[in-house]
Amino acid sequence: MTDHRKVVIDGRETEVDSGFTLLQACEQAGVEIPRFCYHERLSIAGNCRMCLVEIVGGPPKPTASCAFQVRDLRPGRDGSPPQVRTNSPMVKKAREGVMEFLLINHPLDCPICDQGGECDLQDQAMAYGIDFSRYREPKRAVEDLDLGPLVETHMTRCISCTRCVRFTTEVAGIDQMGQTGRGENAEITSYLNSTLNSNLQGNIIDLCPVGALTSKPYAFTARPWELSKTETIDAMDALGSNIRVDAKGSSIMRILPRNHDGVNEEWISDKTRFVWDGLRNQRLDRPFVRKNGKLRSATWPEALGAAAKAFSEGHVAAIAGDLAPLEALYSLKNLVEACGGPVECRVDGAKLPSGNRSAYVGNACIEDVGRADRILLVGTNPRVEAPVFNARIRGAWLAGAEIILIGQATDLTYDYGHAGTGREALEYFARESREGPDSERTMVIVGQGAICGDDGEAVLATAMRIANRGIGMLVLHTAASRVGGMDIGFNCDGGIEAALDGADAIYNLGADELDIPDGPFVIYQGSHGDRGAKRADVILPGAAYTEENGIFVNTEGRPQLAARASFPPGESKENWAIIRAFSAALGKDLDFNTLAQLRREIADNYPTLAIFDRISACEWRPLPEGRLSKGEFRTNIENFYLTNPIARASSTMAKLAEAGDGRARAAAE
Amino acid sequence: MLRRLHRDQPASFEFSPSNLKWAETQIAKYPEGRQASAIIPLLWRAQEQEGWLTQAAIEYVSSMLSMPYIRGLEVATFYFMFRLSPPGTIAHVQICGTTTCMICGAEDLLEVCKRRIASSPHEVSADGKFSWEEVECLGACANAPMAQIGKDYYEDLTPEILEKILDCFSSGEIPRPGPQNGRFSSEPKSGLTALNSMSAEKPSANPAVALALDGGDTLMRIGFSEAKD
Repeated sequence: MTDHRKVVIDGRETEVDSGFTLLQACEQAGVEIPRFCYHERLSIAGNCRMCLVEIVGGPPKPTASCAFQVRDLRPGRDGSPPQVRTNSPMVKKAREGVMEFLLINHPLDCPICDQGGECDLQDQAMAYGIDFSRYREPKRAVEDLDLGPLVETHMTRCISCTRCVRFTTEVAGIDQMGQTGRGENAEITSYLNSTLNSNLQGNIIDLCPVGALTSKPYAFTARPWELSKTETIDAMDALGSNIRVDAKGSSIMRILPRNHDGVNEEWISDKTRFVWDGLRNQRLDRPFVRKNGKLRSATWPEALGAAAKAFSEGHVAAIAGDLAPLEALYSLKNLVEACGGPVECRVDGAKLPSGNRSAYVGNACIEDVGRADRILLVGTNPRVEAPVFNARIRGAWLAGAEIILIGQATDLTYDYGHAGTGREALEYFARESREGPDSERTMVIVGQGAICGDDGEAVLATAMRIANRGIGMLVLHTAASRVGGMDIGFNCDGGIEAALDGADAIYNLGADELDIPDGPFVIYQGSHGDRGAKRADVILPGAAYTEENGIFVNTEGRPQLAARASFPPGESKENWAIIRAFSAALGKDLDFNTLAQLRREIADNYPTLAIFDRISACEWRPLPEGRLSKGEFRTNIENFYLTNPIARASSTMAKLAEAGDGRARAAAE
Repeated sequence: MLRRLHRDQPASFEFSPSNLKWAETQIAKYPEGRQASAIIPLLWRAQEQEGWLTQAAIEYVSSMLSMPYIRGLEVATFYFMFRLSPPGTIAHVQICGTTTCMICGAEDLLEVCKRRIASSPHEVSADGKFSWEEVECLGACANAPMAQIGKDYYEDLTPEILEKILDCFSSGEIPRPGPQNGRFSSEPKSGLTALNSMSAEKPSANPAVALALDGGDTLMRIGFSEAKD
């Protein structure tokens, strides 16, 4: 029931939704309005005054277009549509005036400012400002804040747009930032200089239109125009956030979010954003072979030869970790199954049912959170499993949705009804929730913690029974590779124990979160010297997620294409190529020689995985009811900042983990 | 003026039982879910109770209204009438410095304060009894220049009279508030030019002064009329 109105913008008539603001209407008409405080995903503040426009026949002063709705415009005397001007002398003068005021207290330190080159104030001063300053009085200075190891502050540069305050309050759900004082002494602060307690805080760096909030790890290392930018996909959690990786030469300098309404809106978590220093440390840059109990560096032929020798006799198996791209999984599956061994990607023991996509992905997508009136979280802590997704749930809560948690009570940044901690509560909920409008608008989100027990399938079946009446179910994964792995059947009956049981040689594709028992020969292929490499007999160095083209299927089943932003270091190679080379050493050549051939083969066998950025509908097949055991659900994530080998190699993540521990200790006291 | 919390803060704050009751009636004025609207009266009452706004008081009031502390701090630092540092034990002298008072000699009064009390505003005098600040218009322009000391106005001041008033406070007495130059209220100094009949049965003090005289204490922080509700 949208009501449309005609508006004449700069002499051109357009028809827009009457609920739009003038700024949105202008944008729809293709007219750019400069702004600092307005942001599409935050509440409207209307305090920078940069977006002033002239309303013909309206007030004799310019109007802030971000805070004026189209429906409030009055038609002309003769009933003609209202007119808005954005290029009149009044508007030009107003913009120049606002710009002059903003620059009164803004330091002219662009040459030493990290925002230089991508600064809204710089750009808009060029476009809409005047070319000199009439201001001769002293400028003010503001004390800097210590917001923690991520966000560097230069508060003298702040123009008080309050985007950071609105983001932390509305989206991140922390209440530490605010604006104290008034007039010239107004300053953005955190309460008594406390550091920010949020794993989404990095986003305020992007939001800041000036150089007041900049990235601490990236400080003074590069200028935006010398970076090569690659649009790719994040692998730190299973959300598949759209990111842009900026590299200078061979090193990744920073990671920024890209907009994707269906996945990450335009936010990313701090792990996604700041993990890049982990891509430089602890790298496996050449092959190793264990000789006399010690790992010694070797050439590729030596390493592949040793691996092939061990793999050609006895029982073999392959397991895959959280960061493996689909191509590598597919190659490895084909190779190992040709050798007669099992493959398994559910290394955390999650009881995801093989072959039933509606049960291991669910039938709801991330965006459905916005449609739900009631969201049931089962055995999940989305704040650490997928912080950006948690922000979306918080958005639904703010819009009035009811959140119910079955699992460990914790601070999720929103209020929720705590229905219990374990299986009994889930069973009770499934029994008691009757048909009705409530259950029709219910969305069920199942975490990995809920389905890692022996009764995992029964938990899923119960969740599906609840979801059956409502919007649907979404299985919230924590591993970027998991859904892709399940889609191509990188799993075996009996799960990880059955796969490892009786194996004489194990091919470990980057699984660092489990202990492989002593005995079998282990070939580790991965990017970092972590737990997996320590237990390995042969190490084949592979590319990390920013160093090769790959497909990742996110938690809602959306295949997305990750692109290479830099080259793998040293002698390390792309993951699929290593497996292809290994197959040749083994004498069981895989029948593709290029990534394109490999992708074509995947597309032939799994057509839905070749349609990028689309969630293919799957048949809803409820699981047979099983017996639930007893006990509580627990999230699998012990420390958000240390969930994978890249994060564990990052010193920024180590600092954050330490700060988090300190906070937890302080809270316990 | 840059407003920051005072460096020496008491450990805790709590409303006195009567103030707590008062605060609850204030909160009840607002609909459910809108309790935060009561922040200004509650902070003001906390200031009246303590003489100034402490960090503990801001946090106490914020939690009482289910607001984040930073929101309380925002309000407390925004309004100049919230005093973020402790005042003198006897009185905090607020000299009006806006146009009318300034023209009629407020700057001379400020000189007195600087000499007698402390060189800068909000600083407590050496004997700990007084502090002062320059405030914006207090709305007694017809009786300029003037000062608010405690709850009452001292109007038609001269530097000499202000000194006498301070002496008086210092020795523990309560000087008579209101116009100090013999006027009843804000009528012309040279006598009434209209409504002359009113002058015959004029009481000895105007109502505001009479209220103060009846109570006998112009410095009490929670006034007679407010204490009732």
